[in-house]
Amino acid sequence: MTELRDTIRNAVADSVVNRPLLRVEALKRYFDVSPPLLERLLGGKARMTLKAVDGVSFEIDAGETLSLVGESGCGKSTMARLVVGLYAPTAGRVVFDGVDIGGLDRRAMAPLRRRMQMIFQDPYASLNPRWRVREIIAEPITAFGLLDGRQVIRNRVGALLTQVGLTAADGNKYPHEFSGGQRQRISIARALASQPEFLVCDEPTSALDVSVQAQILNLIKDLQQQYRLTYLFISHNLAVVHYISDRVGVMYLGRLVEVAPARSLFHSPQHPYTRMLLDAIPDLEMTGRQRTPVAGEMPNPITPPGGCSFHPRCPFANSRCHTEVPAVTRAANGALVACHAVEEGRLPDHVRTAPEQELRPLPLAAAACDGIGR
Amino acid sequence: MTRDTHARPLLEVRDLVIEFPTRRRRGTLTAIDHVSFDIAAGEVLGVVGESGAGKSLTGSAIIGLLQAPGRVAGGEIRLDGRRIDKLPYEEMRRLRGRKIGAIFQDPSTSLDPLYTVGEQLVETILTHIEVSPQQAREMAIELLADVGIPAPERRIDQYPHQFSGGMRQRVVIALALCANPQLVIADEPTTALDVSIQAQIIKLLKRLCHEHGTAVMLVTHDMGVIAEMADRVAVMYAGRIVEIGPVQSVVKNPKHPYTQGLMGCIPALTQETARLRQIDGAMPRLTDIPAGCAFNPRCPHAFDRCRAQRPELLEVDAGRTAACWLYQEAATATSPAPDIGAAWRAERAPSGIRMPSHGR
Repeated sequence: MTELRDTIRNAVADSVVNRPLLRVEALKRYFDVSPPLLERLLGGKARMTLKAVDGVSFEIDAGETLSLVGESGCGKSTMARLVVGLYAPTAGRVVFDGVDIGGLDRRAMAPLRRRMQMIFQDPYASLNPRWRVREIIAEPITAFGLLDGRQVIRNRVGALLTQVGLTAADGNKYPHEFSGGQRQRISIARALASQPEFLVCDEPTSALDVSVQAQILNLIKDLQQQYRLTYLFISHNLAVVHYISDRVGVMYLGRLVEVAPARSLFHSPQHPYTRMLLDAIPDLEMTGRQRTPVAGEMPNPITPPGGCSFHPRCPFANSRCHTEVPAVTRAANGALVACHAVEEGRLPDHVRTAPEQELRPLPLAAAACDGIGR
Repeated sequence: MTRDTHARPLLEVRDLVIEFPTRRRRGTLTAIDHVSFDIAAGEVLGVVGESGAGKSLTGSAIIGLLQAPGRVAGGEIRLDGRRIDKLPYEEMRRLRGRKIGAIFQDPSTSLDPLYTVGEQLVETILTHIEVSPQQAREMAIELLADVGIPAPERRIDQYPHQFSGGMRQRVVIALALCANPQLVIADEPTTALDVSIQAQIIKLLKRLCHEHGTAVMLVTHDMGVIAEMADRVAVMYAGRIVEIGPVQSVVKNPKHPYTQGLMGCIPALTQETARLRQIDGAMPRLTDIPAGCAFNPRCPHAFDRCRAQRPELLEVDAGRTAACWLYQEAATATSPAPDIGAAWRAERAPSGIRMPSHGR
């Protein structure tokens, strides 16, 4: 019965533009990090749980890029693995195109796997060094039985390589013959080989130099336009996220603290953590704007603080923040924010971009100009 | 920060050449090719470039920690007027730490996991300064407080693994500064850290170096960190400096085509960018550095001379030099310097796509 209903709903939804391709509902993933049994029995140590992802919900529309951003240990990579089914959720659901992937066995999952692919951070570790590039890229094609015949597959691999800015002849080489950026292009070609609709990019440019990063980001954007791909983009680099995303989710200790369209998130960040993150970025524009001092460090995720987990670092925390976990509410500018202060309206407005006339030279740099005349 | 413009700079690097012997028939690889720069007392010089540009190698040559088989094949390095590139091992060892401090990228590998933070600090202090062990311990506690570690009396007896990454980097900074050196080589000091911790560490380094009047050679690939902290910046490409000058003018109005490309590659936070400007290709390997200007295969302005002859650093602006034939040509033709940034914008911008504006 539910199957029938799903089918009908899908058929209806197909005619609607921008239905969510991926829906994540109250998703949780806990890891058991307890000491060994003997230590627990004899040493009296307690069981410990790491709540890597703790109740995250969001949707991604077809053709959209949602980025998850946060510092190390906030759970963004666990999130990526949950979404493609590499981890089973502890609780909650991952619904891809109307199907809950949590309840599927291997066989039922296979056709969905073709439609979702992943690009990993380290292009040195994610390509098999003993395989030729041609074999690496052909593997998804043969695994899903998409094409038949050596020559047909070879042509397709050549086309994929050209697509990502390499040449068909590069297929005969091994991964070690390529630079980091070229390897990441190979990873992208492999991800595209099964003609997916949805790509999870887990820090795809973090290991690359800035000029190569620009090439890869442009490629990722071009491919999205060409194939109407949907992206879940994971990164710690806010500037990269600003460039690539339609919407951005900010994670802190396993929870989403703010989700907003990229433009409004960067222009008028709501959650105090988002504001802090934006303020922490080195100022390339050198506007000399005032920055709120950044306080404290991320607490141990095994023993997170009670209430709002950001309260020890938050300049606006009050007693409610210490005890009560904030629910996600819609802020005045439309952003989804989990913060008592935003909800109660006791947060001052945050102006990020300094006006043009405030440009002033740094006194130190001016002093350094003297006496260099060489 | 006042300084006599005629005084000798604290650090002088002249025509530094670093070579690596190879087993192949070509003989040697030149990793650093005639690099020259100065750092004045109390000044922060940023050295920026992509991996393999030779920025870290330059730093390790200055502190005499060049790994064999790499060797200084030419040029000289002077600290306070005294040549330090040919010092015997023991003498260099005494200089290191006392006159030149070092901060490396990964705080977890620059501390010994088997000794407490206090033992490491006290040992370093006793090596360089003549004090009693008790005084050294007091100094260590003071230092830890100075770098912003809470409860230093208690933390001093803890091991490095009991510290977080950011706190460990603070300890490393305390170690580098404990003998009050005149120069600190900071090699990617914030690269391994999260962005909020990075901001704390930059602020701390800035404050301490200002208070102690320490000069810093800040090696990083992150232009943002440079903009935030440096007074001057040297841009390196394939073992050479391509542009050097005051940080404000280099960041806001880069002259060398490589610097311009580099700045265009960085996604901006305050404005929408439809498409990032990109430099096609990659930095050449040391084994096949092209003839002429090493950047010529990737340069949108390259002409015949760039492919044949190597450009030297030439003054293009007040206190700023760039190694590019475009400016040389302009200077000899006594015509105004070309706005090559505009040429790049025109060339690269497909119609209808907004490019990041240059004069940020």
